[in-house]
Amino acid sequence: MKKAPLLFCAIAALSLTIPEMAQAKYVQAQLLASYKPTAELKAFSADRGRELFQSTFSGGKPDTPSCTTCHTADPHKQGITRAGKAISPMALSKTPDRYRDVKKVEKWFRRNCKSVLGRICTDQEKGDFLTFMLGQ
Amino acid sequence: MSKFISTALIGFITIILLAAPAQADERYNPVKDKMTIAECGACHMAFQPQMLPSKSWKKIIGGLSDHFGEDASLADKSVAHLMGYHVDNAADSKWWGGKFMRGLSDSSAPLRITETPYWVREHNEEVPQWAWNDPKVKSKANCAACHPRATKGDYDDD
Repeated sequence: MKKAPLLFCAIAALSLTIPEMAQAKYVQAQLLASYKPTAELKAFSADRGRELFQSTFSGGKPDTPSCTTCHTADPHKQGITRAGKAISPMALSKTPDRYRDVKKVEKWFRRNCKSVLGRICTDQEKGDFLTFMLGQ
Repeated sequence: MSKFISTALIGFITIILLAAPAQADERYNPVKDKMTIAECGACHMAFQPQMLPSKSWKKIIGGLSDHFGEDASLADKSVAHLMGYHVDNAADSKWWGGKFMRGLSDSSAPLRITETPYWVREHNEEVPQWAWNDPKVKSKANCAACHPRATKGDYDDD
């Protein structure tokens, strides 16, 4: 008798988390699908995403030549903004509630690509980047 | 009549007692606006609007695409909302004037809180250079490095 409420709680918790996780996966898949790879490359690559993340550029703002300037070279580590505020890790495994809001993801690509590369990013770049981070 | 006087007296004392904590030296209304907390607070502490005059906020929030060298642009609707909240609660929004208006002329519109005469006076003699150089501080915008309750509007810890 005493175990019944516990069991009930466990089932309730599971029934809440499973669809939640499935939904997050679905949203992330949708997000990725909203970007189109180029005709030559045809697909996204985590390796290219890593390269983009770690490269140093000269077209953007001098204070932010690379994604790693603020995010650190390790996506599993916490970053820090120029104003001293902590940034939660970019790796999905470390920050599971990332990459769920399409508008938010697009906002940060728009801003940070301009700051780092001095231009907006292409679909190929965004897809590569996300593929890398979703697998981290 | 004496009952009226004693009631009035109790009321009066209560008001004074309630007002007293608000008079503590460095307390500001904490930011309650959700968009301000989410959008401004994504990169730096969401600074209390009382720390700059409305002229300053108009310049800052009107120019988010180049925000201290950062692209912090937002949709027009969001900009309008943030502008309203900051102007309504700016240092010069109340008739009694805010502390951050001290030493500022009516026409001046500093872009950084750290450029206001009041902030400078409060920090210059008290904070040595080595404290600013601490990597945990990183920037003068990082109020919470030294004022742990800064987001609650409490800077009363110095």
